[in-house]
Amino acid sequence: MNSTGQHHIFSVLVENKFGVLSRVAGLFSRRGFNIYSLAVSPTEDERFSRMTIVVDAADSPLEQVTKQLNKLIQVIKIAEIGPGEGVERELALVTVKAEPESRAQVTELAAIFDAKIIDVGFDAMTIQTTGTPEQLDAFTDLLRPYGILEFQRTGRVAMAKLVRQAPKLRSVKGKSA
Amino acid sequence: MKLTGAQALIKSLEQEKVEVMFGLPGGCILPVYDPLIDSSIRHILVRHEQGAGHMAEGYAHATGRPGVAMVTSGPAATNIVTPLADAYMDSIPIVVITGQVPTTAIGSDAFQECDTVGITMPVTKHNWLVTDAQDIPQIVREAFHVATTGRPGPVLIDFPKDVANQAMDWYWPDAVDLPGYKPNTKGHPKQIKEAARLINEARRPVIYAGGGILKARAAGALRELAEATGIHVVTTLMARGAFPDDHPLAMGMPGMHGNYTAITAMQQSDLLIALGSRFDDRVTGKVGAFAPDAKIIHVDIDPAELGKVRRPDVPIVGDCRQVIEELIKAVRSAQEKNERPDLSDWDRTITGWQHDFPLRYEQPEGGTLKPQYVIESLRDHTPDDTIVASGVGQHQMWTSQFWKFNHPYTWVNSGGLGTMGFAVPAAIGAKVGMPERMVWAVDGDGCFQMTAQELVTASSERIPVKIAILNNAYLGMVRQWQELFYEERYSEVYLSPDLPDYVKWAEAMGCVGFRVDNPEDVVATIEKANEIDDRPVVIDFRTDYREKVYPMVAAGSSNDDVILGPEFNEQDVVQ
Repeated sequence: MNSTGQHHIFSVLVENKFGVLSRVAGLFSRRGFNIYSLAVSPTEDERFSRMTIVVDAADSPLEQVTKQLNKLIQVIKIAEIGPGEGVERELALVTVKAEPESRAQVTELAAIFDAKIIDVGFDAMTIQTTGTPEQLDAFTDLLRPYGILEFQRTGRVAMAKLVRQAPKLRSVKGKSA
Repeated sequence: MKLTGAQALIKSLEQEKVEVMFGLPGGCILPVYDPLIDSSIRHILVRHEQGAGHMAEGYAHATGRPGVAMVTSGPAATNIVTPLADAYMDSIPIVVITGQVPTTAIGSDAFQECDTVGITMPVTKHNWLVTDAQDIPQIVREAFHVATTGRPGPVLIDFPKDVANQAMDWYWPDAVDLPGYKPNTKGHPKQIKEAARLINEARRPVIYAGGGILKARAAGALRELAEATGIHVVTTLMARGAFPDDHPLAMGMPGMHGNYTAITAMQQSDLLIALGSRFDDRVTGKVGAFAPDAKIIHVDIDPAELGKVRRPDVPIVGDCRQVIEELIKAVRSAQEKNERPDLSDWDRTITGWQHDFPLRYEQPEGGTLKPQYVIESLRDHTPDDTIVASGVGQHQMWTSQFWKFNHPYTWVNSGGLGTMGFAVPAAIGAKVGMPERMVWAVDGDGCFQMTAQELVTASSERIPVKIAILNNAYLGMVRQWQELFYEERYSEVYLSPDLPDYVKWAEAMGCVGFRVDNPEDVVATIEKANEIDDRPVVIDFRTDYREKVYPMVAAGSSNDDVILGPEFNEQDVVQ
């Protein structure tokens, strides 16, 4: 299926049992949807895991997928996090060439992005960075000219944004609300 | 109490009140067949695992109780994939148990190993791999719960050989623990009220009843709703029998081979009340042109069905029986406030279509035997509550068209998956579940050849089913499509009327075999078959290969374009 350029983020709470990932992935793959990124880990309650799934698909077939996902016996809850409705973070590890003449520049770049150098070799270093997917994109774009040797991203994790609005206050008589 | 895993499995099935299971033993499931000897459960030894699965389905169709099948690993498991897929499409509750290689050997390409859980994942409602004998009672309890509640469906338990031999402490769980599975059965009261309002405003309403009516045991409620509102009812292929065909409000089957009235009434309606139906492509024809003026009330227990094909104006998630009962109350209270809508114009239009465009065929005296005539004769010379099973193809459509289904659970067929070869094993399963009832299978010659060996099972187990083969020596439905849409270029559809010799084959399998090749002998032979009650009967009806199923809406066409068939003159066809 061609890329629609539409990323949908699903936060799926599932039972922490073998085979669940395969069931969930199967619903996407049988319809020809590519899972763009995926992150799975146990939640605060060990019986459950949370999957953050980013899928590249158009709206209408996706609605059917979410309904089918809901039907899976081991899926507890699904939330779609719409654009701007969640906080997203991702972690990347980048091994970049850092020969003596360019090492200072790479280190400086890492500092600007609040990234951490976690391993140093003779002519390369591995940098860890966290941020939004866009920040990670920008960082890697800037590192590319130095020569990226290895690169890995975790896939994003996301949570819905918290409600910011205070509970409604009762209007005081004589004053307009 | 200490039990082996195998003993625990059999005891769990007994706890679930399983009376009968269909199966065939083999290497990995051997340990479970041992305690079966001492069990109250009747086991029916099939000749092919596909047969076990379809028998379990036929049993579930006829009784409403879950059918159970047990087979070994590897090829046995893959052989039962077709019945699982069939049951998944038609929402039939069956529980399949497969043997598996020992847990220590899983993934090692052991003899008769396959990834059964992986293979059956997309065709089961849920499946389990048992890794610890202590889990067996819990898993069996969950499996039956999942199969029979919500939207019913097939489930599978994969049972490794070492788990079967492992010791466990027996217990029976008082509850299931499925935090992610809570089907919603009660419809939303506000939506039900809104549905009642639409019903009381509609001028050309149609009730579009699907298989969900039967699953929800809602035939009585459906009849009450129809009578309370005076609204005509179509019954889909999966719902035949859910509303009596002899009722004045019955319109019969809609869809590709439905009758003109059922198709056209839906097409011209201003309100479709879809109850446990799923807007299948065989019903809607071209979706964009389907019932263009109709508002939709859609009731289904599966939320994924609402809006899948057509967006409903009033979606209601719930059990059909519960929702219909609430709907009747809401309609009655709305009727008290306002006058009941006048549907007499619409009723007259429907009666007019029924008069002008009935199902038609001609059986010339002394001429070639027409398949429809065989079905009408069978219908008229069997008890009213006879259970009829069918395979897939022309014979299936003719049976659905020409039989009069006046009772629920009398029609057993493969609707969604369209599994050829379904009829013989399904009829056997139905007869096992309903031994007091007469069970006929109407089968095609192509279908019969796929699963006929199960008649050996029926003979040896004394299950007296009766099979009417409509033998037209062709894969008839494929032939019909090649005639109509491929310029009569017949490719690989001829089967021969004499090869095999169906009478000899029947006799070889311990059945009584008859052959009928002219209309005069039809009734007498059916009556002879009806009198035989100690073994299966097979009648080889030699029917006219040229006969086609009409009416027909060509695949992908709008339901406005009904092809009525050669018995209608062109001027009869109104646009």
